[in-house]
Amino acid sequence: MAILVTPKTKLLVQGITGEFGARHAKLSLDYGTQLVAGVTPGKGGQFFEHGGAKVPIFDTVADAVKQTGATASAVFVPPPFAADAILEGVDAGLDLVVAITEGIPVRDMVRAKQAMAGSKTRLIGPNCPGIVTPGTGKDSHGGCRIGIAPGYIHKQGNIGVVSRSGTLTYEAVWQLTSRGVGQSTCVGIGGDPVNGTSHLDVIKLFMADPETKGIIMIGEIGGSAEEEAAEWIAKHGKKPVAGFIAGATAPPGRRMGHAGAIVSGGKGTAEAKISAFKAAGIGVAATPSDMAETLLKMM
Amino acid sequence: MNIHEYQAKQLLKQYGVAVPDGDVCKTPEEAFAAAQKLVATGHKMLVVKSQIHAGGRGKGTFKSGFKGGVKLCKTAAEAKDLATAMLGNVLVTKQTGPDGRLVSTLLVAGAPNIKKELYLAVLLDRGNSRPLIMASTEGGVDIEEVAEKTPEKIVKEHVDPGMGFQGWQGRKIAAALGLKGDLANQCAKLLAGVYKTWWEADASMVEINPLCIIEGTDGKDQLVAVDAKIGLDDNALYRHKDIQAMRDLAEESPLEIEASKFNLNYIKLDGSIACLVNGAGLAMATMDIIQHYGASPANFLDVGGGASKDQVTAAFKIILSDPSVKAIFVNIFGGIMDCNVIATGIVAAVKETGLKLPLVVRLEGNNVAAGKKTLAESGLTLITGDSMADAAQKVVKTVVK
Repeated sequence: MAILVTPKTKLLVQGITGEFGARHAKLSLDYGTQLVAGVTPGKGGQFFEHGGAKVPIFDTVADAVKQTGATASAVFVPPPFAADAILEGVDAGLDLVVAITEGIPVRDMVRAKQAMAGSKTRLIGPNCPGIVTPGTGKDSHGGCRIGIAPGYIHKQGNIGVVSRSGTLTYEAVWQLTSRGVGQSTCVGIGGDPVNGTSHLDVIKLFMADPETKGIIMIGEIGGSAEEEAAEWIAKHGKKPVAGFIAGATAPPGRRMGHAGAIVSGGKGTAEAKISAFKAAGIGVAATPSDMAETLLKMM
Repeated sequence: MNIHEYQAKQLLKQYGVAVPDGDVCKTPEEAFAAAQKLVATGHKMLVVKSQIHAGGRGKGTFKSGFKGGVKLCKTAAEAKDLATAMLGNVLVTKQTGPDGRLVSTLLVAGAPNIKKELYLAVLLDRGNSRPLIMASTEGGVDIEEVAEKTPEKIVKEHVDPGMGFQGWQGRKIAAALGLKGDLANQCAKLLAGVYKTWWEADASMVEINPLCIIEGTDGKDQLVAVDAKIGLDDNALYRHKDIQAMRDLAEESPLEIEASKFNLNYIKLDGSIACLVNGAGLAMATMDIIQHYGASPANFLDVGGGASKDQVTAAFKIILSDPSVKAIFVNIFGGIMDCNVIATGIVAAVKETGLKLPLVVRLEGNNVAAGKKTLAESGLTLITGDSMADAAQKVVKTVVK
């Protein structure tokens, strides 16, 4: 079943004519994802063409949804306009909005998150690599790829992966695939302090998904989302979970690349997160090289 | 981005928050004039405050041996002497590290008669993505210690971002702080101003410690922000030209400034193994694995998803200008990026910089075979690692004998 998206999910891309959006729209088409529409205000009526595919472009998300039945969106819109783009997707009734954009002001996200409370739309991100539900073809072709992750490193299977970081997710996925172990769905929730979906949200989905048999949860310094997920897992977890926390060597008070990766006022340390993992029975990888191995030993 | 105390107070003042009278000074003569003005307006006690982006100034020591980056005095002549002792000298505090910070700006202000010190801050509660106001009757001390030992003395109030700060919330917090009458009204007004500063300036944090009840020059009790600290959301700076102008490059590491010109995210650390990595999460994890195998990272460096030849070359130059670097660890997971393009970039960068230090490269991902071939045929004496762990152990071995 996978979570959030399946190979049948119809995707639209907001910002499809921008360089970043276009490049990854092409890669999603190459991967076999059902990319059915693009949205760029002012370019409605044009087409996004790649490898024989002709994807219609619309002025508004609402139009795109009406004409194509898209249920999910990838947002590649530049930071000053990204929160607006997210809310447009919410208004159009999408099930899922995945915001890839890095650098959205926190205040914009505080407002957007407040504005979308109670809506049916789930937001993933922002500042995230996106979601991949691998397909059954060669190099996992035929899956649903929303965002910027490399598709070919995946393999269809039964491990769920959730992480705040892009390359660290790829690292974990590749460790699994290299050992012949596939993934149900891989979700990058993003490295910003305000995000739409937390570790815990994704963990709950994985626990409820019959196809997911084990979970890799990757966290990093900053905030307390990992601790919250660990606490829930301790009480309700029914599947093996292994994890890694990045940033044990990060100096306090400094932002480590991601806007949310900061230890401030003694809060959000790797140490606290690792001990929360251990207390919850989550297997902690001693190094980022051992993420897959740590989980597989538990299974 | 961080700003100085005097800049934070300027912002707060714009939103109606009372701060002590004072002026910014760059020379002892300016300090003299500022102090004279304060004395003339009835201030009996003055304070000379070093402006650096670090806490613990009062208990800090200058490299000249002069003690205290924040000093009280009574006359303009004394203020001038203090300014002479501070300006152009390096102040070391518990937060600056042993290198300290050069003091080139002072705030000379009135030092009111403080009756009580309170604490106030506005920040983002990441748990529910809402603005959070924190206030305490325990001001002028380390708030983390208060939170740990007497958490009941900290009042927390969330603000609905759609509604903004409400009057009743101001009254509620004032009451919780034990303020009555006119002071309670002042507090509610001040809270609204502090929240507005946080919201409209796109601050990540506004902290007023201490917020003081003072005896005003008119003899009435007043609520004044005696110290202030503001951190700003870098992502929102594009819409605040006035705040951008407050950036003080002297407070930032020259290497970090250089790195930012190439869109590299670089943070200097104290170890001996430099890292060059794509992606923030992987970059942190690379630092961790170096430590795991017994050495220390010299930096955090995220070259981003692209990692072009120019970026890699710039990154090498920045890494190599840190004299404590003894070896370099390049850890790239080329997801979309072609590993061969990265390998070509590494070879070119090594040749251009004339690298003499041990270099360990771990490449994985797209077109990795071609990338490894490029490295092998380059004639460079670099070491390759198969996994992150393998490469990390190899690089650690080059520095730990």
